[in-house]
Amino acid sequence: MHTVVAIKQVPDTSNVRINPDTGTLIREGAPVIINPYDVHALEMAVRLKERFGGKVTVLTMGPPKAAEALVECIEQGADRGILITDRKFAAADTLATSYVIAHAIEAIQAEEPVDLLLFGKQAIDGDTAQVGPGVASRLDVPLISYAIQIEAFDPAARRAIVHRRIEQGIEVLETSLPALLTVEKEIAAIRRAPLPNLIRAAGYQPEVWSADAPNPFDPASIGIKGSPTIVGKAFTPPPKEAGELVHVADVGLAAAVSTALAKIAAAGVVATLPAGAKGGSP
Amino acid sequence: MTAQPTQQTRRIWVFIEQEDGAPHPVSWELLGAARRLAAELDAEHAVVEGVLLGHQVAPIAQEAFRYGASRVYLIDDPVLALYRNLPYAAGVSRLVQSYQPEIFLVGATTLGRDLASAIATRVQTGLTADCTELTIDPKQQILAATRPTFGGNLMATILCRQRRPQMATVRPRVLPMPQPLAEAAGELIREPLDMAEEEVPVRRLRLIPSQQQLNLEYADVIVAGGRGLGGPDGLPLLEELAQALGGVLGVSRPLVDAGWVSAEHQVGQTGKTVRPKLYIAAGISGAVQHRVGMSGADFILAINSDPQAPIFQVADLGIVGDLYQVAPELIRQVRALQGGDDHVR
Ligand SMILES: Cc1cc2nc3c(=O)[nH]c(=O)nc-3n(C[C@H](O)[C@H](O)[C@H](O)COP(=O)(O)OP(=O)(O)OC[C@H]3O[C@@H](n4cnc5c(N)ncnc54)[C@H](O)[C@@H]3O)c2cc1C
Ligand SMILES: Cc1cc2nc3c(=O)[nH]c(=O)nc-3n(C[C@H](O)[C@H](O)[C@H](O)COP(=O)(O)OP(=O)(O)OC[C@H]3O[C@@H](n4cnc5c(N)ncnc54)[C@H](O)[C@@H]3O)c2cc1C
Repeated sequence: MHTVVAIKQVPDTSNVRINPDTGTLIREGAPVIINPYDVHALEMAVRLKERFGGKVTVLTMGPPKAAEALVECIEQGADRGILITDRKFAAADTLATSYVIAHAIEAIQAEEPVDLLLFGKQAIDGDTAQVGPGVASRLDVPLISYAIQIEAFDPAARRAIVHRRIEQGIEVLETSLPALLTVEKEIAAIRRAPLPNLIRAAGYQPEVWSADAPNPFDPASIGIKGSPTIVGKAFTPPPKEAGELVHVADVGLAAAVSTALAKIAAAGVVATLPAGAKGGSP
Repeated sequence: MTAQPTQQTRRIWVFIEQEDGAPHPVSWELLGAARRLAAELDAEHAVVEGVLLGHQVAPIAQEAFRYGASRVYLIDDPVLALYRNLPYAAGVSRLVQSYQPEIFLVGATTLGRDLASAIATRVQTGLTADCTELTIDPKQQILAATRPTFGGNLMATILCRQRRPQMATVRPRVLPMPQPLAEAAGELIREPLDMAEEEVPVRRLRLIPSQQQLNLEYADVIVAGGRGLGGPDGLPLLEELAQALGGVLGVSRPLVDAGWVSAEHQVGQTGKTVRPKLYIAAGISGAVQHRVGMSGADFILAINSDPQAPIFQVADLGIVGDLYQVAPELIRQVRALQGGDDHVR
């Protein structure tokens, strides 16, 4: 049983700061974390390993600093961490990113077969949710996005039953393996890392792959060259003009509310409020 | 027969999403946007066309014509009865390769996101996610797709200069719903799928329908509560106000995280984008991640005890006060307006 988990190191967007003059992210001092969904993907992989034996490989494409994220994954129970890093990969859009990850997975697969691929449902910085489906298409494996539960898993028969959240409810799908799942947080609850993992992680050095070694990537498919999209411009959204404020403390409760209802009625937006109404009695 | 399009025909495509024979309204929103883009791009040669997949779904094409498609490409096959990534992606990608559209828009729904990236990867083109604005760059004559990133803190305009089609997804309710024509004719082009059921590696065993069919995205009135409620006990009050106005309950994320209410009610970046006629935000501070989901409302009434709360910056009217006083008074006055004034005094 071999699972490959793709993780991304992301800025903690709950406290990003934007330079209003340049419209760029202020990276200095911005804390980085493992993309929250990816942590749950890894946890799912570790649980499958506990049940069926085997191993968990984690890979990420990113700057050298992303090695830290892989060490954290070892703490959480991963066996092998691969950092794909090279300036040539920089400025990749999702098409180039999915190429790099798919090509790396093919290289891993050439060493030992892979039964399952786990991705987060989306990264909290780029936020596209496009990398997982792209990798599945490139590898020609079944895709199950927005997965919330693995109901049954049979590595020997090469079949799994997976629940995914869709607009109408929960869809229960049977798939052949290997398959690629993009996961929601519900897929598996995070546990505290056990001591032996922490000890192993303390001395762990992730493998580092570049654009040329040990597996050469196609130079035309990576980085800027391999990215059909470019960011034309970036800007902070212009603030809208604020509306009128009425203070209950100044005008009293009934008057504040009737002012509001009169304005809503005047705007004619709500059928349930007769237009032309003057508000309730103050 | 309609005249054959010339070499210069510039196709703007919209994926017509349907499930169980019901079209998703985001398809019509996208057709509206596509018509605008066609006019901006090249009024003479640009055409708006729909792509429809499913089983026994041909009647939906008629609706697409009424929303502005001049042609619909239809792949109708039992294998496509339920959405699955592989046959849909393979079918649409083949159409793209045969007809070479210049722009291709897909709804950023669960289905659309799953599908769009698979298509873009197969045809090796660029895809911009979750756009909030689509225009044609006048100089370069290409699609300029603007999207929020870093949790709405930054807007980025993305271009796809060389490869075609230029693909983009847009969430439901981000674009306005166009008025359909009473009657319209168009051309239906049927294409085969060429895939047998045995070739599809995924099978649906069952669907567990969600208990409540809450249609937050398309509600006309939303009364939304935030952490200012102080606890789950305040929710029935807002539900009562929503009911009085014929609306539904929305919430900010902390209420979902705390387990007070199910995620279907969440408005914002990681919840639903809504575009109601009236949005009442009670006890919501107005963080950017919340605002990106609701700032398209026609009228926003904010109720907050803090006059500095950022929600007031997007509100058309703000009431500075305690929601536990304001909401009951709103209910009282709304009922009075609707049902005569017997219980007002
Ligand atoms: C402002 C801005 C806007 C952008 N807009 C677009 C756009 O519209 N279209 C586009 O194609 N690109 C866009 N990009 C580029 C995009 O962010 C990168 O391609 C990024 O590497 C992957 O996209 P994502 O962060 O959206 O990942 P998602 O597709 O949201 O990530 C899903 C999952 O894929 C895996 N994954 C993602 N990245 C990696 C990685 N580097 N290593 C390992 N696993 C990974 C993780 O499991 C993750 O949970 C944009 C970038 C910026 C800065
Ligand atoms: C990646 C990311 C994604 C996110 N996605 C979303 C999302 O989709 N949707 C979302 O909503 N948030 C989202 N958030 C969270 C967001 O940043 C805010 O934390 C959240 O919206 C705050 O919710 P709130 O306004 O209810 O609470 P608070 O910010 O705590 O505001 C409570 C407000 O209530 C007021 N108040 C208190 N008591 C009263 C009273 N008695 N009467 C009237 N007013 C009162 C206070 O003055 C205050 O303004 C996201 C965050 C991140 C990092």
